Amino acid sequence: MPVFSDPANFDMYVSGFMWILKMTGVSAVLALVLGVLLAAMRVSPVPVLRWFGAAWVNIFRNTPLTLIVFFCYFGLYATLSVSLSDDIDLNNFWLGVVGLSVYTAAFVCEALRSGINTVPAGQAEAARAIGLTFAQTLRIVVLPQAGRAVIAPLGSVLIALCKNTTIVGTIGLLEASNIMKQLINDNGDQVILIFLVFAGTFAAVLIPVGYLFGWLANRLAVKR
Amino acid sequence: MSGNPVLYDHPGPRARVRNAVLTVVFGALILAVLYWIYRKFDEKGQFAAVLWEPFLKGATWNNFIIPGIEGTLKAAATAMVFALAFGLIFSVGRLSDHRWISVPAGIVVEFFRAVPLLLMIFFISYGVPFLIQSSVPPFWSVVIGLTLYNGSVLAEAFRAGVHAVPKGQSEAAYAVGMRKSLVMQHILVPQAARAMLPVIISQLVVLLKDTALGYIVSYPELLQLGVNVLSANFGNVVQAAIVVAAIYIVVNFGLTSLASWIERRSKRRGTKTQPVGPLVDGGAGA
Repeated sequence: MPVFSDPANFDMYVSGFMWILKMTGVSAVLALVLGVLLAAMRVSPVPVLRWFGAAWVNIFRNTPLTLIVFFCYFGLYATLSVSLSDDIDLNNFWLGVVGLSVYTAAFVCEALRSGINTVPAGQAEAARAIGLTFAQTLRIVVLPQAGRAVIAPLGSVLIALCKNTTIVGTIGLLEASNIMKQLINDNGDQVILIFLVFAGTFAAVLIPVGYLFGWLANRLAVKR
Repeated sequence: MSGNPVLYDHPGPRARVRNAVLTVVFGALILAVLYWIYRKFDEKGQFAAVLWEPFLKGATWNNFIIPGIEGTLKAAATAMVFALAFGLIFSVGRLSDHRWISVPAGIVVEFFRAVPLLLMIFFISYGVPFLIQSSVPPFWSVVIGLTLYNGSVLAEAFRAGVHAVPKGQSEAAYAVGMRKSLVMQHILVPQAARAMLPVIISQLVVLLKDTALGYIVSYPELLQLGVNVLSANFGNVVQAAIVVAAIYIVVNFGLTSLASWIERRSKRRGTKTQPVGPLVDGGAGA
């Protein structure tokens, strides 16, 4: 592997994937929290909250992520001067995380909502019959069962999120896809090797993660 | 659980008061946030008429937005046709009884599903030119990338669709003497395709959104022309992004509604369609 035996190139490769990993981790947590809140809003008894949740989902699910990330940089940062860090890389990182989180939260919300629909009506009826409030019904009875029903879709959302982090490269963060482009331009004689290493890294991590979520979904499914 | 009211009791007098209070509090909170955004925009002079005016002129639409929509639709339509063909071939390949066909087909599908689309587009537009010693037009790097990714997702969807066809269908076909290829062509694929229609349409939405990646390799689509080039002319990035986002939302929302309408309709008629969510990467492409 002539390209990657140069320590400078190898360091670039590692740093590119470190950004991917960090963005995936932080955005996944934020998107999960936001997504659960949005799902709770969408099934709540208060109409304003239902509308807010529905508006969020319809706006962000139907806009290309590239446009959202573009807006985070040129709109939030460059025009409205919302700065999230003094360090240029960290600032781009956090702007990217904001875009990824608001986008992914819409998909998490929809996955959870379809999970709520798989919980038999008797569960919520029983919860209400023993006097639980809406928040208690959701938190103690419905969401735990809904969550276990949608582990596989949530896994797909996580995998999509990890792949989507490459789009933050658009606003100048040197993540894996930008590094690959740079290495290809500097080493025109080894393009296939470079592509296979970068694509292979994604495949080697994400394919097993996909199977892991399939296995978990089976194991944790609510047996009825 | 059909219909949300199962989750909470029919509101009595106290619940009605509480809901009203919550409505007012959250309504005020949302309005406060909107007002803060308004103030922020106003502070930066983003409501200046000169920034919004271009969208009232026909020339802006004719020169930037309409050609952008055309570019987006052209790439999306071409890629969709290729992706459907790719998906069909590889799903049938993966279902083959011959391991020398099914294993390679499986590897190809799994690989292209796991690699970020942007990485493929970068490879095609920056790497492939080194191999073929001539440049690849941005249109084709976008279309080929979209085809490989969405084709692989559709291949998995078709495969799941074929598995969902009741076993009696193919058994009956074999019983009347059909061969494997005939069973596939006349019995399994047509039924699978119908059952997968909602999934196919929601994948079309993903594909349409993903054409926005063409912006990164300077393919003249809606994001490139409508936001990047347009705002370079008028200095109104925020406004252009909002207008273009609205166009994307309207088109994609229409397609999503179509998918769920078809799903509801076929549910009513008793033919089962595959649920849209779980299969297709949660629908969460770029």
